[in-house]
Amino acid sequence: MGILEVRNVNKSFGGLKALHEVNLDVQEGMIHAIIGPNGAGKSTLLNCFVGKLEPDTGTVTFNGRSLLGIRPHEINQAGVSRVFQTPEIFRDLTVLENVMIPCFAKRDGSFELNALRRIHNETDIREKAEQMLVDVTMAEKHDMQAESLSRGDKRRLEMAMCLAQDPQLLLLDEPTAGMARADTNATIDLLGEIQDKRKITMAIIEHDMHVVFSLAERISVLAQGTVIVEDTPDKIKGNAKVQEAYLGGTH
Amino acid sequence: MDQIILQILNGLDKGSAYALIALGLTLIFGTLGVVNFAHGALFMLGAFCAVTFQRLLTLSYTFLDESQKDFLGNPLKVNVPYVNDWFGPEAGASIIDWSVPLAILFAIPVMIVIGIVMERGLIRHFYKRPHADQILVTFGLAIVLQEIIKYYFGANQIPTPAPQAMFGSFDFGALVGRDPGAIIYPYWRIVYFLFAALLIALVFAFLQFTTFGMVVRAGMADRETVGLLGINIDKRFTIMFGVAAAVAGLAGVMYTPIVSPNYHMGMDFLVISFVVVVVGGMGSLPGAILAGFMLGILESFASMREVIEFLPGINQVVIYLAAIVILLTRPRGLMGRRGVMEE
Amino acid sequence: MYGLNRKDTVLLLIVAILVAAAPLLLNPFPDTSAMGKTFNAGYPDLMQRFVIFGIFAIGFNILFGLTGYLSFGHAAFLGVGSYAGMWMLKLLSINVIPAILFSIAVAGAVSLIIGWISLRRSGIYFSILTLAFAQMAFSLAASVLTPITGGETGLQTSLNDPRIMPGFLGGGTVNSAGNIPAPSLLGMEMSESFILNVGPWAFTFNWGYYICATFMLLAFYIAIRIFRSPFGLMLKAIKSNQQRLNYTGLNTRPYMLTCFVISGMYAGLAGGLMAAMDPQVGAERMQWTASGEVVLMTILGGAGTLIGPVLGAGLIKYFENIFSKINKATLEAWFGVFPDWMTDLLVTLVYPFIGKGWHLTLGLIFMLVVIFLPGGLVEGGQRIARLFRRGKTGAGALKPAE
Repeated sequence: MGILEVRNVNKSFGGLKALHEVNLDVQEGMIHAIIGPNGAGKSTLLNCFVGKLEPDTGTVTFNGRSLLGIRPHEINQAGVSRVFQTPEIFRDLTVLENVMIPCFAKRDGSFELNALRRIHNETDIREKAEQMLVDVTMAEKHDMQAESLSRGDKRRLEMAMCLAQDPQLLLLDEPTAGMARADTNATIDLLGEIQDKRKITMAIIEHDMHVVFSLAERISVLAQGTVIVEDTPDKIKGNAKVQEAYLGGTH
Repeated sequence: MDQIILQILNGLDKGSAYALIALGLTLIFGTLGVVNFAHGALFMLGAFCAVTFQRLLTLSYTFLDESQKDFLGNPLKVNVPYVNDWFGPEAGASIIDWSVPLAILFAIPVMIVIGIVMERGLIRHFYKRPHADQILVTFGLAIVLQEIIKYYFGANQIPTPAPQAMFGSFDFGALVGRDPGAIIYPYWRIVYFLFAALLIALVFAFLQFTTFGMVVRAGMADRETVGLLGINIDKRFTIMFGVAAAVAGLAGVMYTPIVSPNYHMGMDFLVISFVVVVVGGMGSLPGAILAGFMLGILESFASMREVIEFLPGINQVVIYLAAIVILLTRPRGLMGRRGVMEE
Repeated sequence: MYGLNRKDTVLLLIVAILVAAAPLLLNPFPDTSAMGKTFNAGYPDLMQRFVIFGIFAIGFNILFGLTGYLSFGHAAFLGVGSYAGMWMLKLLSINVIPAILFSIAVAGAVSLIIGWISLRRSGIYFSILTLAFAQMAFSLAASVLTPITGGETGLQTSLNDPRIMPGFLGGGTVNSAGNIPAPSLLGMEMSESFILNVGPWAFTFNWGYYICATFMLLAFYIAIRIFRSPFGLMLKAIKSNQQRLNYTGLNTRPYMLTCFVISGMYAGLAGGLMAAMDPQVGAERMQWTASGEVVLMTILGGAGTLIGPVLGAGLIKYFENIFSKINKATLEAWFGVFPDWMTDLLVTLVYPFIGKGWHLTLGLIFMLVVIFLPGGLVEGGQRIARLFRRGKTGAGALKPAE
């Protein structure tokens, strides 16, 4: 039993079978990595979690509730946040405003009509947003335009925006893609810290084995659209099937 | 039954105009990804090509004819078009009479040049700007073109009749074995429909059977890949803009005998043409044609006396109503592809 | 002050002072002078138009400037507001307040319906849907709805109007002279003015103008509050990145719809004021060129900025007025100082752009702004200010070296 359960998921694009009978359990409070060679179906699988794609057959349940056929904002309201491969932030707004938006967005999806409420007076929300920025070490940048941030900072900002909602499950799609080594290490530290402090369940899709083995407590290896092994990092390292999938592998 | 056939026929000429304008709009949108609010102005410019051509043909000089006297006994002033001198009076007169169809020859190069200049001079710089900017700048251009025409040709409608031979109507009823006189249809409208069908066929044949067309179609599907193959897609797109302008222009030239051109005719057609494109499915050429004829025919049915008595004013709004219903039930339009213009 | 921060308060005060002093500022030349005849704009009819179109543009900017949704059908709400206001003036009372309130309410209701359907799509589809709705409203108003709209002749007040509440709100079915009463408030008609003569100058302080101006300031104040509210922040977020907003658990539909309705109500207010100032309405008020005009105003001034739309509306209406007044004779007088051939040449060159050619000029200005200055005049002003500041600091940096 996991917080996120994937059962017998199949997905084809035309004649191409992208996912074949995928089963996956993400345990509460764990960092679960999904790895695999290019074209193994990692992104397809992630997109099935967030309502961007609909599996042909199979189920995806979160806390016992099906995530299939509901819209992205409803999935988020259920407690799932997502970090994108290229950071999706509000580029023309300031860093602080970026974090304030998820602070305003209520989990129940309630809609606030009061057009005359003043941002200026929302001290609770402002403080919460400032605190989130402190957590991701960006406090001094809160007045900058999000567009002018470095890539690493954009990623940190996106993370702060997701964490501001106190998600139960955080999905990360290659969070260190295109980053310099120093930024990558900073991101690993940040994620580790978040995990220690908040015990948020995370599912990470990642290419970089350094990231995976620094963070993950459990790893699923996807190859040709199906899960070939699921185990702890130590066992995965020595697994022959994994070596084979990576054609000799680097680790 | 007679009524139904008649209304279908009535819908065909308007539908032809819608289809031709929508075809050009879709070509530009599909190839260049630009939403062209000045496309109606191109239709209008085409119509004024016909007017200009007619004026050129009737350029005259005046001389005093000593053999004829006016009522005061002075020699009669006679205006003689230059064409009469060049081709003889009879040929000259019939050339003037046939000025609208002949204007096609004049309009094709003019419209292609206008289209190319527009693409090179303005539209090109807006490929990477947001759609809202494209709409706004072409909207501004439409106003400018319209006002220039108004300045030179005035605000009134300018009658441009069809050739004498095309006057009168065709007894369609007698042809299909129904009562003579039951279904009367003006000749020029048949000509317009046939012309539109021919033009549409030409554009499709051009896209389907020439290498040029093949590259353009490939570019419509995936511009970057075609660019990577080392094909100069930009140049082809410029030419496509010229073609689209010519299609809109020719639709305008041939429409002049049906509705006398005025400077704002383009805007009137543009709004409906956009509705046609959206109903047909953004970026789908067959969709644009289908929706054009469908809405034209729908409009003519809604204009029937029996229908108007039952639902007053329906003829004015039926197109918009149809568009709303279709967009709500089939958000991508009749033949729209997934992923076109969806943020 | 009143929930605004310092900067916004200053902005609001500047606008308020300019609006209040407009009758003085817009008449800088003596009344009878040649310059005054062309360039003075301080007469009631025009000043009313400035502020009414200001309201219209402020409302349009709340939609387009904040969310980036380009509506091409806003004139429909303006027209609906005008018709609704006219009916109040005809049926209830000649008092303008119920008329204006009713205008806002009806325009809000209509924009709720149109918005509910149009907002199912975004981008270009949304623009075309709103355009189609506005054209539909225009066609209906000019034909089938003639009993309500007066068709092509339009709607105006008449002696036969019932006006069931004349005593309560002031104004009767006929005025003391036995004519149709003019719309009024507090017993004063909209056209009533106080004329101040100072030497050759004449300044007109018009009651109707000050009523419109009050509404505009109120509208401007509410717009500032919306811009600075969490709601406004959400609207900006919609423009910036709708995908992220969806993945933040937000359904954008109710936000968009509310924004659309607010914007429609602003248009309704503008329409109601138009009817109150000049009690006759025709369907052409709803034509799509009118929708285009408000787009022009907002873009020209600067979409997404607070002051831009007001500035754009004022400028367009001002130049429209001046350009239409200039004729060939005026031009010849101006260029008379040059040799004859040059006068002729200049007149020939300039003539197409003035008088009836105003729309040509407008179209050209609009294209130039969209091409070179997408942020409108406000952005232009900021660029110049930045240049100026840089020049200043540059000079400052030089000083120590001296």
